[in-house]
Amino acid sequence: MSAAVSTEVGTELPALSVRLKRDDLVRYAGASLDFNPIHWNEKTAKEVGLPDVIAHGMLTMAVASRIVAEWIGDPGAIVEYGCRFGRPVVVPNDGEGALVEVTAKVTKDLGDGTVKVNINAAFDGKSVLTGAFARVRVG
Amino acid sequence: MPLDPAFIGRSYPPSQPYDVSREKIREFADAIGATSPAYRDAEAAKALGHRDVIAPPTFAIVVSMKTNETVMFDPELQLDYSRVVHGDQNFTHHRPITAGDQLVSTAHIDSITSRMGNDMVTVRTEISTVDGELVATAKSMLVVRGEDA
Repeated sequence: MSAAVSTEVGTELPALSVRLKRDDLVRYAGASLDFNPIHWNEKTAKEVGLPDVIAHGMLTMAVASRIVAEWIGDPGAIVEYGCRFGRPVVVPNDGEGALVEVTAKVTKDLGDGTVKVNINAAFDGKSVLTGAFARVRVG
Repeated sequence: MPLDPAFIGRSYPPSQPYDVSREKIREFADAIGATSPAYRDAEAAKALGHRDVIAPPTFAIVVSMKTNETVMFDPELQLDYSRVVHGDQNFTHHRPITAGDQLVSTAHIDSITSRMGNDMVTVRTEISTVDGELVATAKSMLVVRGEDA
């Protein structure tokens, strides 16, 4: 695989900041075929008790996966990827959207040619994905 | 009304084949802002040992979500889709989903639990090629919010 980067336990991956705006949500809805209106229609979002339109949890999860893919070079090295959806990313229609800040660290050598990478995605200073991790083939 | 735990272990019939195209992968990669050449350039993907361009790790949701709808809309299960929230998600890739794959998926209900008026349903979707090669396993935990929750 990609031997160009250190995959030692303790390695911090280059951080990633991603700004999500309304048009990003519409684009993801189209690409993923998830057209739930809470991801593009303020009225529907507020009717179900949300403060505003929220990003698809799967979009946040996908964006967070980029930190690992861009670090390891071969995205096919990601053999497992999981998370819980802890908090919504609220995306106002103000042209600024929401800033998602992604950090990650190699936390464990699993001994089978893979390492565990713990991933944190924060919005508004709070973690939005809980227990996010990737298992990455390094051998 | 809580979901009936008797549905644990239920399996659903396989989906129609899903044809994975380079164009759909690129569209998905664009939508998540991913820049890896392995998603867009067949030669770059081949240099990494793949048969053709590969899909981002969460692309499997495009395949599995459609299959999960057979569970969510199972009239016998009586699940209120309007109250469903995505609780967690896990993908295991036996190999990356690759352009040219023809994928069939089957959904299985692995667990149903209830807590504080909410139901938690875990649906496991096994994604294989039409030739029977297992490609990916997607597990989705769906929370069905209770009337008072």
